[in-house]
Amino acid sequence: MPATVASFKIDFHQFLAADGQLISEDVPPLAKDMDKLQSLYRLMVTTRAFDKKAVALQRTGKMGTYASCLGHEAAHVSIGNAMQPEDCFAPSYREYGAQFCRGVKMSEVLTYWGGDERGSDFSGPRHDFAWCVPIATQCMHAAGAALAFKLRDEKRVAVATIGDGGSSKGDFLEAINAASAFQLPLVLAIVNNQWAISVPRSKQNSAKTLAQKGIAGGLPSIQVDGNDIIACHWAMVQAIEQARAGKGPTIIEMITYRLADHTTADDARRYRADEEVEKAWQLEPVSRLRSYLQSQGGWDDEKELELLAEADREVEAAVREYQAVGKPATESMFDHLFANLPAEIEAQRARALRELS
Amino acid sequence: MAGVAMVEAISLALSREMANDESVVVMGEDVGINGGVFRATSGLEEKFGSRRVIDTPLAEGMIAGLAVGMSAQGLKPVIEAQFMGFVYPMVEQLVCHAARMRHRTRGRLSCPMVLRAPFGGGIHAPELHSESTEAIFAHIPGIRVVIPSSPSRAYGLLLAAIREPDPVIFLEPKRLYRLSKEEVADDGQDLPLDVCYVLRDGSDITLVSWGSMIKETLEAAELLAQQGVSAEVIDVATISPLDMDTILESVEKTGRCVIVHEAARMCGVGAEIAAGLADTGIYNLHAPIKRVTGYDSIMPLYKMEMQYMPGVKRILDAVNAVMEV
Repeated sequence: MPATVASFKIDFHQFLAADGQLISEDVPPLAKDMDKLQSLYRLMVTTRAFDKKAVALQRTGKMGTYASCLGHEAAHVSIGNAMQPEDCFAPSYREYGAQFCRGVKMSEVLTYWGGDERGSDFSGPRHDFAWCVPIATQCMHAAGAALAFKLRDEKRVAVATIGDGGSSKGDFLEAINAASAFQLPLVLAIVNNQWAISVPRSKQNSAKTLAQKGIAGGLPSIQVDGNDIIACHWAMVQAIEQARAGKGPTIIEMITYRLADHTTADDARRYRADEEVEKAWQLEPVSRLRSYLQSQGGWDDEKELELLAEADREVEAAVREYQAVGKPATESMFDHLFANLPAEIEAQRARALRELS
Repeated sequence: MAGVAMVEAISLALSREMANDESVVVMGEDVGINGGVFRATSGLEEKFGSRRVIDTPLAEGMIAGLAVGMSAQGLKPVIEAQFMGFVYPMVEQLVCHAARMRHRTRGRLSCPMVLRAPFGGGIHAPELHSESTEAIFAHIPGIRVVIPSSPSRAYGLLLAAIREPDPVIFLEPKRLYRLSKEEVADDGQDLPLDVCYVLRDGSDITLVSWGSMIKETLEAAELLAQQGVSAEVIDVATISPLDMDTILESVEKTGRCVIVHEAARMCGVGAEIAAGLADTGIYNLHAPIKRVTGYDSIMPLYKMEMQYMPGVKRILDAVNAVMEV
């Protein structure tokens, strides 16, 4: 008989069922904190209103390609809310709910997708990383930030988000390895929305969970219902506290669903069945939390209407701000390339100003 | 300090700047107790501790990615790739992030990091340990590519690279690591980046080179002098951004130019220099521009590496051809 030298399991955590009812009475304090849940709900609804408007801006030619966050609101808002301002966030490119919690402005997101670098010069925590298009590379930036915090004895935590597709990439696995080797104050959240453009989760690999990739690095690795804000938030808060206390990194796989196309340039009807999407709508996070709040007497139709109107006003104000941004100056193509602009680039800057004026 | 080899000069510069600036950390494979496979980081861990001289897991992409994250959060990582043949997993992090960070965030974040990598042939190394692919990085806006050609320039340019607030790829011609020694004053004085160095004044022809080929180019210039040909020798040193002005000025005086590099010819930095001369300096030219380069073939394993790399004879042949015009 061989001896067992190591054994593993992955726990799945869910507190709020799809019908908005608690699965058991053994729940984290957040489940009983109506004020906090209401504020999270507001963020989720506002994020969804923003998302709808952003898609509309693209469809009407007022903005470039945009990656929707529809359906990810619980995962994203829980991540942003669980972090402290001094922590460092390294998103991929659709985690607006998390970024709004941290102070990134809606108009800045629109400015970025509107084809303007100034969007990434955002007013959220100035040390947060901007959107990251090359898949999974942001995991290494968060790991590097976490290593910097650790080397300087700062009680700060870095958080990166990644999708199910991204979990197949080397940088994700190397971030797990780095987190493990250096025991970094790092939280990696896999927001598993089941689809990497047209490739379903089942084609990424045949493992039962993506969280178990963390096991290879010896990281505490769990799965949560990514449409259950109570579970997402509970997992994030625990992982961040652990990391801040010097107890190392964690991987959290949040199981959710990409209810929209990959981006506005994609048409998901080409590759996935309507019935699957309809089923996913039954599990979505916003109405789930609303049902729970209503059942607890923490929400009603009047509050809902007020919130929707308020969210619309906020989004409309952001759109006005975005549309007033204007075109960047020609010289900005050169001005931020280097701190000390080399003579050759200086000459090209002058030439561009002549040629394009 | 008398009798300092290039690899020792690199150690001195690292040590000097680590003492000078506590945000500087050295990171890579075997850089700690082992002092690096070429001993460039020898003694640093003992002096500065394992929090500042960090042995990493064996993953080059990870090293570059960590450096992007660390540098964006206020540290100055000096990372080492053991050989240039191993930098390719780093390319995504360098091209998609380090080079772009300042620009894409409008200066909010930046990546003051240095990647050191030994490169080039001539030391009888195994496969993929001898290539010169500096042109790949020279093509990428937002990163500097710096190549020293002597111990004292390695010292001064590396200090400048670490002090530069933007990413620098610092390629070390490993054939020169221990080839010769010279006086290096460990005085913390850096040398300017983004400029060529005129190593020898001349009036008949301009020889432009960098890195290990400076050795053969200077030897060729010496032989030419014996033939009565006065060659000016320019060490480009920073191949990107390129200081064309110094080269143009020299060719204005000499009217002839031969460019020498170890790397393959196709899209090599020599092509950019030749194009720059054609663009702005063509009326000063008395003869065609010649390039003496590696061949557009795979760098051979070591039995044939010296045939691949330009030698003094090939340089002299090119110069003689140009002088006859």
